[in-house]
Amino acid sequence: MKSKKLSEVAVGHSCVIDSYTDDEIKLKLMEMGCLPGEVIRIERLAPLGDPIAIEVAGYTLTVRKSEAQTVLINTID
Amino acid sequence: MSEIKIKVALIGNPNSGKSTLFNSLTGLNQKVANFPGVTVEKHVGNFTYSDAMLGVNYNIELTDLPGTYSIYPKTLDEQIPFRVLIDKKDESHPDKVIVIADATNLKRSLFLCSQIIDLKIPVVLVLNMMDMVREQAINIDIQKLQNALGVFVIPCVARKGEGIDDIRNAVVSNHNMLQNDFIDSRSFAPLVTDSIKYILNIDNNYTAFQIANNFEKVDLSFISNEKKKEIGKIIYQGHFTSSSMQAAETLERYKVISLLMKSCITHKNDRQQKSFTSRLDNILTHKVWGYAIFLTILFLIFQAIFTFAQVPMDIIDGAFASLSDAVKNALPAGEINDLIVNGVLAGLGGIVIFVPQIAMLFLFIAILEDTGYMARVSFIMDKLMRKFGLNGRSVIPLISGVACAVPAILATRTIQSWKERLITIFVTPLMSCSARLPVYTLLISIIIPRDYAFGFLSMQAMVMMAMYLIGFFAAIGSALLMKWFVKARERDFFIMELPVYRSPRWKNILQTIIEKVKIFLFDAGKVIIAISVVLWFLASHGTGDSFKSTDKKLHINETNGLLTEQEVNELEAQRLEASYAGKMGKLLEPAIAPLGFDWKIGIALITSFAAREVFVGTMSTIYSVGKDNEDTATIRDKMLTEKTEVGTPRYSLATGWSLMLFYAFAMQCMSTLAVVKRETNSWKWPLLQFAYMSGLAYLSSFIVFNLLK
Repeated sequence: MKSKKLSEVAVGHSCVIDSYTDDEIKLKLMEMGCLPGEVIRIERLAPLGDPIAIEVAGYTLTVRKSEAQTVLINTID
Repeated sequence: MSEIKIKVALIGNPNSGKSTLFNSLTGLNQKVANFPGVTVEKHVGNFTYSDAMLGVNYNIELTDLPGTYSIYPKTLDEQIPFRVLIDKKDESHPDKVIVIADATNLKRSLFLCSQIIDLKIPVVLVLNMMDMVREQAINIDIQKLQNALGVFVIPCVARKGEGIDDIRNAVVSNHNMLQNDFIDSRSFAPLVTDSIKYILNIDNNYTAFQIANNFEKVDLSFISNEKKKEIGKIIYQGHFTSSSMQAAETLERYKVISLLMKSCITHKNDRQQKSFTSRLDNILTHKVWGYAIFLTILFLIFQAIFTFAQVPMDIIDGAFASLSDAVKNALPAGEINDLIVNGVLAGLGGIVIFVPQIAMLFLFIAILEDTGYMARVSFIMDKLMRKFGLNGRSVIPLISGVACAVPAILATRTIQSWKERLITIFVTPLMSCSARLPVYTLLISIIIPRDYAFGFLSMQAMVMMAMYLIGFFAAIGSALLMKWFVKARERDFFIMELPVYRSPRWKNILQTIIEKVKIFLFDAGKVIIAISVVLWFLASHGTGDSFKSTDKKLHINETNGLLTEQEVNELEAQRLEASYAGKMGKLLEPAIAPLGFDWKIGIALITSFAAREVFVGTMSTIYSVGKDNEDTATIRDKMLTEKTEVGTPRYSLATGWSLMLFYAFAMQCMSTLAVVKRETNSWKWPLLQFAYMSGLAYLSSFIVFNLLK
């Protein structure tokens, strides 16, 4: 397990939320169910590479790359 | 029978089927307005429920609160649920709350529900989409959930009307539910919570905790400035930091929810629905197909508002023409007759004519929203549009603006970020709308020869296309400019749910169309009629002998009809010249002379304010070819032979281009201004827009005239 940013995870891969570096984004994502320990799967990228669609807690969310940079994750192998 | 009134609020996550449930509960019995101070639609509906046994008639007023994931007010729109629920003096503060939850994604919905449970407002929890739950072989133990939460839990399928009566029943029920504390909200900051309860004389822990978190962000009527200071002091002394408190609360709630889910819900197999959505997304957000399909849809919308809507528009146009004639003949000739026919009826006709386009556009937009496709549009367009300070959802209003800015601006409600929405509203009228088409057609036919470049490219067609491109680039450029000047009210996120695809709910769509048409007719309509009457007055009244004598001659002719058509046309031209509008045109002349315009064009600029295409009609009147002359060739020939004082053609290449650019950029549309006022909730933005667009028009006309002169 190695700590990385959510923006660095490749499409199709899953990871586990570790922590957040931005308070506002943290609160917004947490109340939508993205809690530390929750598994995220990168579902797809928008055709222009940004934003990202992630699958979490049984539904799909979009985040911009810049927002995903504030989410620290642990990779799952 | 005694009558009992109950105020109920409906709240839920976005995409949980909230509006469907609202429509099922209230039917057509609903009103749309804005919440005070913000342009967030407030839907209020009523329904009744009779209890024959008790002899009581319940009258329930249901307020639909904006969709949200939590009651924490992060954006301006989210302040509404917070204020309504926390402030007992708020006009919409409910006696009961219906929380609607997507039963296939219960975890997230329970978060919001648990917050309201802790506010101790009686809750009815509605589990929507139970049909999907059954399909996906999820088993929810309703009774167990109800006991654990201590609130009514009602399963339903809102789109099929299943369970609606049970919801009504639960809302009026007097049965005392326990509604236990979901979490111990005092535990996060006991001292701060207790002190706030004491200061404000309230007894609820969670209300006090919410106030501690948000009292600086949202003004609440029951907290005076002194009390606000006191609370501030306590928070400072208690080292209360809102972000960590919120995080702690969120974690705690989800912890309890997870336990609850384990005991009440069993999954058998995983979501087929999801995989269907995923497969569809593979195509709809594809690099090539995604954009190709979006372009096709745009083209279809464009086609619909541009051409399909033309049929009903022509019918409305014809109907108003015959109505005008009928009224004109039925009432005695004179001032009142003229006011009604040429002021009020003309204004009314000018409003109703937009209805087909608005209905057509919203038919499409509502379908795109309802199926979940609109979220994908945002997703694939976000990066591109963000560069210009716009939003993925700005694309549809911008493109619709090519047909007409009025429905296009009404369509900006789908853009959540206030800044991006405002920029879209601001620049959309720069797109060349269909009312500019007759103006361009006339002017191009005058200044551009019917030649072909390389033997097949029509010069006239190319100039026409250039005018559309100029409008488009002006809109994009202005958006870029605005991006630097408009301050964002809140930090802008793109954290948004991509909902699973669903078939559209036609009732909701019909409701949306009716609503938008109503808003336009009644809210914007008032302003449009008022301006129309003013314009009528200016063009048909005047002072001085010249006005009076021509006016008199025309009036006499109306009764005896002795004058020839040519004589009438000439008299009408003279009357317009002598009217207030004519005077204003002459007054305007020194200001517009540097653009190559004379007072005749000045009059047309003023009357065009009713709608740009009025330019052609005014020109026809001025050049005495008869205002009802549909044949552009006649007016074109007249304008071609018109000379300036020094004997050169009045409509030279320089003046022609100058005039076209002026029409491309200037804000000459009262309907658009009225709609912008409605959608931004103030006169500030329409006035700024008017100033900006007029300035842009003046400047570019000035430059092009002097370059080509």
